[in-house]
Amino acid sequence: MRQERKADFLASLAQRRRTLAKGWYKYSRNPLSVLGLVVLVLIGLAAALAPHITPYPAQAGAYTDFQNAGKPPSFEHFFGTDRIGRDVFTRVVFGYRFSLLLGIVVLGLGVAPGVVLGLIAGYHRGTWVEAVIMRTTDVFLAVPPLVLALAITAMLTPNLLNEMFAIALLWWPWYCRLVFAVSSSLRSQFFVREAELSGASEAHILFREMLPNCLAPILTKMTLDMGIVILLGASLSFIGLGAQPPTPCLGTMVADGAKRLPGEWWGTIFPALAIVIVILAFNLVGDGLRDVFAVEEV
Amino acid sequence: MPESILSVEHLKKHFPTKQGLVRAIDDITFSVAPGDTLGLVGESGSGKTTTAQCVVGMYPPTSGEIRFKEEQIGTAFKRRPKYVKGDLRIVFQDPGSSLNPKRTIKQILSIPLKVHHIGTQHDRLARMKELLNMVELPADEYLYKYPQAIGGGEKQMVALARALATNPSFVLLDEPTSALDVSVQGKIINLLIRLQRELNLTYLFITHDLSLMRNVSSRVAIMYLGKLCEIAPTVEFFERPIHPYTKMLLSSIPVVSDAEEALKPRKAISKGEIPSPVNIPPGCSFHSRCLARNGRCAEDDPAMVEVAEGHFVRCHAALESELSGHGPA
Repeated sequence: MRQERKADFLASLAQRRRTLAKGWYKYSRNPLSVLGLVVLVLIGLAAALAPHITPYPAQAGAYTDFQNAGKPPSFEHFFGTDRIGRDVFTRVVFGYRFSLLLGIVVLGLGVAPGVVLGLIAGYHRGTWVEAVIMRTTDVFLAVPPLVLALAITAMLTPNLLNEMFAIALLWWPWYCRLVFAVSSSLRSQFFVREAELSGASEAHILFREMLPNCLAPILTKMTLDMGIVILLGASLSFIGLGAQPPTPCLGTMVADGAKRLPGEWWGTIFPALAIVIVILAFNLVGDGLRDVFAVEEV
Repeated sequence: MPESILSVEHLKKHFPTKQGLVRAIDDITFSVAPGDTLGLVGESGSGKTTTAQCVVGMYPPTSGEIRFKEEQIGTAFKRRPKYVKGDLRIVFQDPGSSLNPKRTIKQILSIPLKVHHIGTQHDRLARMKELLNMVELPADEYLYKYPQAIGGGEKQMVALARALATNPSFVLLDEPTSALDVSVQGKIINLLIRLQRELNLTYLFITHDLSLMRNVSSRVAIMYLGKLCEIAPTVEFFERPIHPYTKMLLSSIPVVSDAEEALKPRKAISKGEIPSPVNIPPGCSFHSRCLARNGRCAEDDPAMVEVAEGHFVRCHAALESELSGHGPA
């Protein structure tokens, strides 16, 4: 009895490993996607270990050293120093912490309700439930995102938390739309019908039957959206509605440094490049994921 | 009449559409005895699949009654008692769409067991293996595969195993072989016949393949435009068909040898196509294509009449000639 159970566990594990290996094979055929993944892992590690690997961790936040202010890039300061003498490299690495946190929190807050609502609307296609959910979604989608985020953050106190909240609030409708499109077509598939007829609960049908078939577009969109969320967060910070100084935030750094262009270019160019690189990396990973799922569909 | 496990009385299912009311099922009555196989045969659009879907509860009927083991189940599946959902199961036509592509066969088979609280977690593993063995698939190999990794016939076997998981007494087979290769059709049919014997199952077998019915079913019902034309025990159905539509269908079965040709009724020419169910001809719905029609056919709709034990026909012309041929019944 016990042995049988063990054999069952091992066989399930082997199947899972085969699926993963197949996925990785498809992903790794695109070298750019692999590069994107490597860059992301490096950025993630750097952000997580920021206090230990940056040369001047004390200079990330409130710190002034006017003697070293406005120094160009050198061996001591890879990216130079800003107008009050802080090491730009240190601040960029710390800035990634907030950017990644913003992306993760926003997508976490936005995707979950969007997906659940989309599944419910898709399952109840053609009823008042669908009408209520999808029309509400339409209302949110009718307002331009940046304007809505501006309005919300301006109304509340501008800080990182409210910035996350504002962006999350305008992110869920996209996922609701996306998942609704997939789930409403799954609704008439016979495996969903079969589950219904055998008496399975609605929760089972939504999360065990329909959700696994929606995961491919959700994951792909999430990686592509990470870049957009980070950019939107940087834009809000740039106009002063995001994280406030002295918090090291890439958008704020770009805005600050821009006042001293073109002379002290390093204060702006390096944080801006950091934003570009992380967005690019996320997009490359998103493309790779799309390949993994796209081939599987055929 | 023997007692029936499923009886359908005056069942109607109408769908309102932009073109008008589609009368997919228009007043049909039949019953199935325990252990029997009723073959429901008809052209595309005759309403046979809708009948299956009403019986299994995918749609609530417009009117009429469906009784299963004396239980009134003429409602949508949500209002049905749970044990009926386990006791009355369906196998769909397309196994590609009836198995979730993202779940392993083990996960697929475990749903009905979990829903109906059959066994503990460990019993279930043994039960799933037993089910796969029942449908002649090597359990240890197939349990962990995904549906896309196996062939069409194998998928249909898994779908059948899933239907049998709850130990049903009645299985609806909605064209279970028409989406499959000819090479595996025979295998599935033999499997169905063996399982019926071993597990004492009752089948409602829906198909458009009449020649299949001769081997599989104990009774055959012919459906045309949402109505039944003729119901008869299989032997009688093939040897003494009465309805002109039945004759037309039987004579259109392709055969190879002269000996087989001799078994078929005298050549009845097939003409025309099935009319749209939105615009059903008045009177007998078949009169526009019928070779035996007379004046009454276009005006009043004939009623179902029992001409012999268990042999029902719904046709003016056939009944008149039948009466004159056999004397007063």
